[in-house]
Amino acid sequence: MAVDTETVRRIAFLSRLKVEDDKIAATEAEFNKILNWVEQLNEVNTDDVEPLVSVNETSLTLREDEVTDGNKSAAILANAPQKEYGYFVVPKVVE
Amino acid sequence: MSGMIIETANNKWEVICGLEIHCQIISKSKMFSGASTEFGADANEHVSFVDAGMPGMLPTLNKMCVRQAVKTGMGLNAAINKYSEFSRKNYFYADLPQGYQITQFKYPIVGEGKVTIDLVDGSSKDIGIERMHIEQDAGKSIHDMAPDKSFIDLNRAGVGLMEIVTKPDFRAPEEAGEFLRKLRSIVRYLGTCDGNMDEGSMRCDVNVSVRKVGEDGYRTRCEMKNVNSVKFVVQAIENEAKRHVEVYESGGQIAQETRQFDPVSGQTKVMRKKEFAHDYRYFPEPDLPPLILDDAFIEEVKKEMVELPDAKKTRFVNELGLTKYDASVLCENKEIADFFEAASQGRDAKKVANWMMGDFFAMLNEKKIGIEESPVSAENLGKLVDLISQNVISGKIAKDVFVLMVESGENPEKIVEEKGLKQVTDSGAIEAIVEKVIAANPANVEAYRGGKTGLMGWFVGQVMKESQGKANPGVVNSLLKEKLG
Repeated sequence: MAVDTETVRRIAFLSRLKVEDDKIAATEAEFNKILNWVEQLNEVNTDDVEPLVSVNETSLTLREDEVTDGNKSAAILANAPQKEYGYFVVPKVVE
Repeated sequence: MSGMIIETANNKWEVICGLEIHCQIISKSKMFSGASTEFGADANEHVSFVDAGMPGMLPTLNKMCVRQAVKTGMGLNAAINKYSEFSRKNYFYADLPQGYQITQFKYPIVGEGKVTIDLVDGSSKDIGIERMHIEQDAGKSIHDMAPDKSFIDLNRAGVGLMEIVTKPDFRAPEEAGEFLRKLRSIVRYLGTCDGNMDEGSMRCDVNVSVRKVGEDGYRTRCEMKNVNSVKFVVQAIENEAKRHVEVYESGGQIAQETRQFDPVSGQTKVMRKKEFAHDYRYFPEPDLPPLILDDAFIEEVKKEMVELPDAKKTRFVNELGLTKYDASVLCENKEIADFFEAASQGRDAKKVANWMMGDFFAMLNEKKIGIEESPVSAENLGKLVDLISQNVISGKIAKDVFVLMVESGENPEKIVEEKGLKQVTDSGAIEAIVEKVIAANPANVEAYRGGKTGLMGWFVGQVMKESQGKANPGVVNSLLKEKLG
């Protein structure tokens, strides 16, 4: 499997990362190097093997339904670049 | 009922529709954090570091959310999957601080099921449930507080949701409307979601396509997101289906796209074309191992199941003798069904049903109040029916008593006693009135005896009027017949 320039641009867009045009070629090469390395795994026969979700073979532990957290908006908003009236303020996003 | 067919000069088109409904889970705390789900708090007060997507925070699943999902699955007559998994659905939006939503993808907690809907023509139809999974809600973006800024409140971020996906089984807009009403009734009975579409605790996405009658397979569908009332869902399906037919008939093609329903115009407009469609890049949530339910847990939830509207309706029809229509109206809402059961306890349930369907609902409508605010209690409505059954008051007087009950909230016995409304059954007293009426109207007496027997009703009316409505109509009738000969 190999990625092309378009795929690199698309992944950058999906990740909201700005990759300068002169960096695209280098990124593409790096992606392909990683993919090639991972592709070694294809040598293993995985017929009839269920995908492994976690190496930790436990089931989920459940929490009781109790309110134990919250009421700390100051801490929640501490790193916000802009805030007003207790809200995060961001550039207008309307879909 | 056959579905909606759109006929054009050359073709007959059939409407195909499926729904995806998000139901906010009723729980005290969020799905993966201990922050409160309570609505209406100050911005960002019900937020934990987990909900805010802070680095290193780990989600822990709320048992209540799982319980509510299993219960809802049972209410949808669906398979409960003992093994399910959480996945990450990746997308960027300001009100999704993690950059992904924890949801279920490949292995949802609830599998296939079915819900039966009743249609206006009296027939029933089964709507298939494809699956139901649980996931976290996003925060809220407010766009109208500043011209070029959006304000973000994360209080809703992380609240549990159940997403119910139906099979494309709807063939008419009304079927989808009926399904939503039924689903709302089921989740409210179960107490798993409050089902308020206008407040966003139940939200509906609608998928619509059309095909020629007789055609196999499905054509391209369009999705309308967040249509927020039953009425709008019906309208959106109808108008979207018509749009598809127009496009095909004029030689065009339908593009797969997300559209927005505009409640003002009733039309849909394009929101997002497929080429800009999200690429969610689902993958298993590494922070959460699989969810495995044991039999004991499932049995425990089963024990908490309440009688659902369908079962209740059948019981009302078979055991209490109600009509199917009355039973379905009384069962749609659990509060109404409970009120009815309390009011009809130990009495003629049909008579109580008639009162509820008539004067009682009319009163609630007029006052624009819910049943829980009714000034007339279930106990008092039942007593009013008793007073009629025991011939203490006539049905006509009962209507006046009911009005007084609404005004005062008093019990009917007291009202009847205080206002002296007791029906006169003493034939001596009624006889005196009958004789008075006969003596005062010799011409009509003559006419009646001459064969105009239709005047009987008029005589009855005169006697009732004279007695201020308190004379027992049966006694009046027999006495009049006797005296007029």
